[in-house]
Amino acid sequence: MPPAGSSGHVTALDGIRRPGTLPRLLPGSPAAGPVGLAAHLARYGPSSSALGRQRRRELIAEVGRAGLTGRGGAGFPAAGKLAAVAAGRAPAVIANGTEGEPASSKDKVLMARSPHLVLDGAVLAAELVGAREAVLVVHHRVREIMDEAAAERRHAHLDRVKVTIRTAADRFTGGEASAVVHWIEQGVPTPAAKPPRLSERGLGGRPTLVHNVETLAHLALIARYSAAWFRSVGTSAEPGSMLVTVLGAVREPCVLEIAIGTPVGQVLGLAGGPSAPLQALLLGGYSGSWVNAADAAGRPFSSAGLADLGAGTGAGLIAALPADACGIAETARVVRYLAAESAGQCGPCLFGLAAIAAELDRIAEGRITDLGLLRRWLGQVDGRGGCAHPDGAARLVRSALRVFGAELSEHAAGWCRGAGSVLPVPPGRPR
Amino acid sequence: MTGDSGARLRVDPIACDGRGLCAEALPELITLDDWGFPITSGQPVPAWLLADARETARACPKLALRLEHLRSPQPARHPGSQPRSGL
Amino acid sequence: MTVLGGAQALWFVSRGSGLALLVAFSAVVVLGVAARLGSAPRRWTTLATGELHRTLALFCVAFLGLHVLTAVLDRYVTIGWAAVVVPFASRYRTLAIGLGALAVDSAGAVLITSLARQRLGYRAWRAVHWLAYLAWPAAFAHAVTAGTDLRIWWAALTEWGCAAAVATAIVARLLARARGPFSEPPAMPERAGRIR
Repeated sequence: MPPAGSSGHVTALDGIRRPGTLPRLLPGSPAAGPVGLAAHLARYGPSSSALGRQRRRELIAEVGRAGLTGRGGAGFPAAGKLAAVAAGRAPAVIANGTEGEPASSKDKVLMARSPHLVLDGAVLAAELVGAREAVLVVHHRVREIMDEAAAERRHAHLDRVKVTIRTAADRFTGGEASAVVHWIEQGVPTPAAKPPRLSERGLGGRPTLVHNVETLAHLALIARYSAAWFRSVGTSAEPGSMLVTVLGAVREPCVLEIAIGTPVGQVLGLAGGPSAPLQALLLGGYSGSWVNAADAAGRPFSSAGLADLGAGTGAGLIAALPADACGIAETARVVRYLAAESAGQCGPCLFGLAAIAAELDRIAEGRITDLGLLRRWLGQVDGRGGCAHPDGAARLVRSALRVFGAELSEHAAGWCRGAGSVLPVPPGRPR
Repeated sequence: MTGDSGARLRVDPIACDGRGLCAEALPELITLDDWGFPITSGQPVPAWLLADARETARACPKLALRLEHLRSPQPARHPGSQPRSGL
Repeated sequence: MTVLGGAQALWFVSRGSGLALLVAFSAVVVLGVAARLGSAPRRWTTLATGELHRTLALFCVAFLGLHVLTAVLDRYVTIGWAAVVVPFASRYRTLAIGLGALAVDSAGAVLITSLARQRLGYRAWRAVHWLAYLAWPAAFAHAVTAGTDLRIWWAALTEWGCAAAVATAIVARLLARARGPFSEPPAMPERAGRIR
């Protein structure tokens, strides 16, 4: 359970001012615009130094104690990745702010409001692994803000590490770690074959650390305030706070920072509460899972809390589906998008997702379909691509078949309850 | 020879073009999905098929089929299986 | 027919093995090119095509050995060993023999990289394999200029037949290339029936 506490800052006995409760990453005030360098330093204090091998080892250990895991969706322990790359020669650091998921906005909002926190984290990560440069690959909508923030820091001679900002590719699979590396190196955002791992051979053949921008923001604060502070919110297995994007049938769709483990219903309440009676929630992202709204409302928003519903926190997305929408039709639209966004390198993904999308369209239109065939294809795409793209699509469809059983019968009988679309899907692009 | 060879077949999905030579050459271990792409079980290759598996990996036109050696050889799993004659 | 004398025998074997080599080499090229044809990923490539390509290529090495050996040992013409691999080093019919040496060099590179394919990795192997498109025309031009057989009708027919086969295969491959890396997959299995 997240601890109750006073909002705003707390000055502890050691004289360091720490954010008392939430938000930690996002500015406290709702005013628009990025927080400038002076205001950033006034709020958080100076960034911590990572000079010397001993200090770097201590900090990586501190990150390990904090239990920080990746906030990009995969959830790997951050300290492990840091240690692996730090052990290599001439490492490279990439901050991944691509956010290829169309429904998710948390990384964009983080970069738009707290660019310096993200830059602090990227620079710190570079120092921790011994890299000379940090490359930030950012969504095009926040490129200008990030450029200005980087310029501010250069003016103030703030960083010992060189900071480079690049615009991300505008593709769903472009946010995958090896795709980001490929994008930087060759301008093509397609995932690469997995052995060798990026921590061994990545950008330019060097050991490469790729972290989501939110993960790096948390890193910057752990280094300032300690692991114990980080763990003061969240659960013991999944400590800390996370950013979530809440959209769909809620009164105030927004990006929020919550303590991990906050009940799902409470999170919806923070977004103004449901705007209509809900039937289901999409959790995690377009590679995540549908859950029944009533089942999920009381559950903690954490991987442990959602596991038996077949869902996880993923990239921090919560999309609310109202009772008068059709989950099958929504899923069919999303899967058609996912199929079109296949990098096209692996047969099972390219052909399999297309076949699955076509079958879902048939179901959505009430035509004769074969669920056995659909399930067979789901089994044939899962784990058989060069990245997790087909796995995510399979997970989404399986959860839809689980949660929208009633709709399946309705469609077989020839009618659909759905009116309008809820989930945002970008228009098709020419291949 | 019974038992496992301590090696496993793996397909690089990005290199693979779905030409299907592997499933022709080694139907005991490789089948094709509905789109013509190979499915490997991930199980260790039985010792009596190891030479065939090696040849099949050599025959792949894209070098997408690889024979990976596992760190420790697995104990015999199918003591009843018959070895091929003429190996 | 008079019995062939020793010296003439070498000459005949050289010509004969040369013609056989051209036929085998042309078949190798056609099989190699045909591997990428077809509107479905699998229609033209079978294990047999690929393995035949490889096996025939090894036969070509044998024919080549015989062809080169008999040509060099033949005392009627002077072709040194060096001229076999150094293009245009022979004083005797420099262009014709030089083309042959060019074919030997490029085909040799293709052969060696193919034997070491798994160690080299796909990209390096594929890059060198392009030299096959130099080796075959050089071999054909060598056959036409060095060989004296175009006057024999069946030899000429064979040689031009080889050229036609290779040209057809290449044109078909170029047309198939326009369709992109992945074309239509094999037909989908039939649907079983209604939902559930």
